[in-house]
Amino acid sequence: MVSIRSIPSTPSSLTHLDLQWVIKHREDRCTLCGQCTSVCPKEAIYLTYRRQRMPKLDILKKKRGSEYRTFTGIRQRTEAANRCIGCGMCATVCPNEAIGPEPNPNDARVRLLQNDKGEAWKRGGRRNVRGSLLDRIVFNRISMLTDPALDAGRHEFQLNTLLGRVLPPEEYLHRQATGEWIPPVREIFPFVIGSMSFGALSPNMWLGLLQGVAYCNEVLGIPVVMATGEGGCPPWVLKSPYLKYIILQIASGYFGWDEIIRAIPDMQCDPAAIEIKYGQGAKPGDGGLLMWFKVSKLIARLRGVPEGVDLPSPPVHQTLYSIEESVMKMIQSLSMAWGFRVPVYPKISGSTSAKSVLNNLVRNPYASALMIDGVDGGTGAAYNVSMDATGHPIASNLRECYLDLVAQGKQNEIPIFAAGGVGKNGNVTQNGLALIMLGASGVHIGKYIMQSAAGCLGSEQNRCNVCNIGICPKGITSQNVKLYRRLDPDQVAERVADTFMAIRTEMKKTLAPLGRSQSLPIGMSDAIGIDDADAAERLQIKYVC
Amino acid sequence: MCRLALKTASKPFSPFGVLTAMEAMQEGYDGSGLGLVLRGVKFTDYTYRGQDPILSGIAHTEAAFHRLGEFMQAKGFQLKYDHEFDADFKKIEAQDRYKYFVRVYRLPESWKYYDKDEVETRLLLTRLELRKNGEDHDGDLTAFSFWPDVATIKEVGWPLGIGEALRLNDNRIKSRVVMAQGRQNTNYGINLYACHPFFIQGIASMTNGENTAYVPIKELLTGMHYPGYIGYQSDSEVFTHILHYVIKQLKLPLETYKHVITPLKTEELNVHPQGEFLKGLRNVCRRMIIDGPNCVIGSLPDETCIMVQDSKKLRPGTVGGHKGEWAMASEMCGVDAMIPDRDRSLDFQPMRENTIIIPPDRKEMKIWSQFDPYPLPQVA
Repeated sequence: MVSIRSIPSTPSSLTHLDLQWVIKHREDRCTLCGQCTSVCPKEAIYLTYRRQRMPKLDILKKKRGSEYRTFTGIRQRTEAANRCIGCGMCATVCPNEAIGPEPNPNDARVRLLQNDKGEAWKRGGRRNVRGSLLDRIVFNRISMLTDPALDAGRHEFQLNTLLGRVLPPEEYLHRQATGEWIPPVREIFPFVIGSMSFGALSPNMWLGLLQGVAYCNEVLGIPVVMATGEGGCPPWVLKSPYLKYIILQIASGYFGWDEIIRAIPDMQCDPAAIEIKYGQGAKPGDGGLLMWFKVSKLIARLRGVPEGVDLPSPPVHQTLYSIEESVMKMIQSLSMAWGFRVPVYPKISGSTSAKSVLNNLVRNPYASALMIDGVDGGTGAAYNVSMDATGHPIASNLRECYLDLVAQGKQNEIPIFAAGGVGKNGNVTQNGLALIMLGASGVHIGKYIMQSAAGCLGSEQNRCNVCNIGICPKGITSQNVKLYRRLDPDQVAERVADTFMAIRTEMKKTLAPLGRSQSLPIGMSDAIGIDDADAAERLQIKYVC
Repeated sequence: MCRLALKTASKPFSPFGVLTAMEAMQEGYDGSGLGLVLRGVKFTDYTYRGQDPILSGIAHTEAAFHRLGEFMQAKGFQLKYDHEFDADFKKIEAQDRYKYFVRVYRLPESWKYYDKDEVETRLLLTRLELRKNGEDHDGDLTAFSFWPDVATIKEVGWPLGIGEALRLNDNRIKSRVVMAQGRQNTNYGINLYACHPFFIQGIASMTNGENTAYVPIKELLTGMHYPGYIGYQSDSEVFTHILHYVIKQLKLPLETYKHVITPLKTEELNVHPQGEFLKGLRNVCRRMIIDGPNCVIGSLPDETCIMVQDSKKLRPGTVGGHKGEWAMASEMCGVDAMIPDRDRSLDFQPMRENTIIIPPDRKEMKIWSQFDPYPLPQVA
């Protein structure tokens, strides 16, 4: 009997079967090139020498004995800190298809140990819930015999939406006649690249996105805009003619706003809009968090902070005393900064209190829109508990707000933008249009664009999700030049253009059979149905089965 | 699909001629109903002065008819003329018809202190009250219009058959404008109120085709909480209400209607002389952008008639005629049947940017394009 003390078993001991991802390694194919071990962002695998006993029985000599062979093999580490995250970079670099992670169907006990030193589990990524209500919505009001359907390939389609406060027609005519201020309105593509900060994203990713957005606008005629997220905007962008495609975000840390305000006199054009972040779907009630791993020299300069320190933004704006005061102060001062020529709108996390925020905005003549981010939204860094369990799904939250506007006859005045899980399973156009028909004027996409345009490896299976610690294996969310040089900005730009061209085509393919081409079908709830009676009742759409 | 016919002439004519035009276009509809709006009304047995309001509708029971009389009397309206249709009820499909009424009233004494707008609002409210009254009594009373110089007839059945049943060919009722539409709404359930032309405060329009943007537009109009913006048993009713909104509420020229329901594209507005104003107008009225394949034919209190198409011109329409007499129809054969002795080479089929306007003088048709300068430069 082996003494119990010699078995390496502590409360924190794990075997590879306790991990969420198990490395499958085929020694018969492995050439021991070592590329997998060097690329692994978590150092979850290592090359090691192993000894194997080769039992040997020599019958004639009537003598038993053993021989040993020594070989080099690849093994998976089992410490929580080095657990495999399933990114699959090992499989990507393996020349011989000898290695790759596989999801572990057993309980991943590692979850229970991710609180070492009392640190609660923090991660980046997504909520890791694969189901999506939006995926279940179908477009079922097909014009076929009642009217000729449109031709998605040949007819012209007006797919753009408006970002900005729209006056009631009577008021517009009055102000037009008297020469009074008319709030700025932007005509944009309804799929907006959602807020991802310069800091969360690598410089190459940012450059690629911006190049792609500029190409969509200037060559393809798709007026895509992108939001910066908290953390400012590189000075070369602020003073460039591309600023008009950028929604600048101001959040509770005000990071980067010194640079922005100082750049105003040198700006060649106005930004597309200003987004005031009050909340985020992935982590409601939490401020932004840029962990120290990612606070590089460039980021430190941009944000006006020392290098290598955690940058947690406060959960609320310092100026926030009441919603009326906050909205009034922030929206009005930011409008004033650009001479009331730029739409300014708040972003909140999906919540049962969204309606009261909306009603407040309706009465604020300077508020340009409301952006609601649902629980399925992604983030660069958050506590796991916030991501998994805090927030409100977007569909019913949006619908409630929209119907509230309808009841007041204000649905044309304050556009509602929705986000949080749009395209989480790849159905980006379908998800976006479903939200539009529930009442959204447009949607923001973040995770999807990272996956589609930059090859982000994250999935709803808790794959990768390490955006927070700067080791992004694709170089999308890292400030480490060794990592982000893997990402070619030109290729990202090309993929951005590919993505938006495809979304545009899919929009036409969806809207043509519905007989809609002249305006974005915002609130066209008669066109959609869902195979869940309760959801149908809640969303006030048709139940189909 | 609905077939539409409108005839406007300086000299009053019998609506029956327009029904024969409907017959000419019969291939295109299912003959499920008829809606008629007459404007510039003339009765052979009564000298009608244009300013007295005419109440049109159907009393489905005797009790309803008496209730109507009492209701109007209590409001202070004085009955001046009651047009008796020489109706043959056996030829009418529906069984519950007691009386078709077209009655001329004198406004209550007390209304003489009201200005024009107030009188118009009260006329609308009176019609809505009557409609509500009918609905509260199992739909035994249907009120289509209550307005000076406008008579409305709606019924289920084959249009010519209805014309014969009501003996509209006896020339006892004539008018300068007749709008006819030949189908009950079959998209959203059969209901007399769902039959075009729709009417509100002197403005009438009828449409063929489906309005795919119906629900968001309906929600917008309903949200305005304007008393007359109700009903919506048909997706086409919103066209009438948008026309009313543009003319009566926004008080903009008729040409604006086209800019509201089918605005030009941004690149087109960028080179338009009033592009900035029109872009702003498009933004503020974007919920009223229609999206169906539609041809809309309308008429206004001053007897102006218009025709517009959807922005892809997926439903064509034809206008033809000569000085003093014009016809609009969804089919060319309809125009032929209404005005055979015209120069057909001058017929016009409006394009996606056009609004055809026949002014009250009926001298010529005006072909207006959205690319033309906006007619009210001081607003823009």
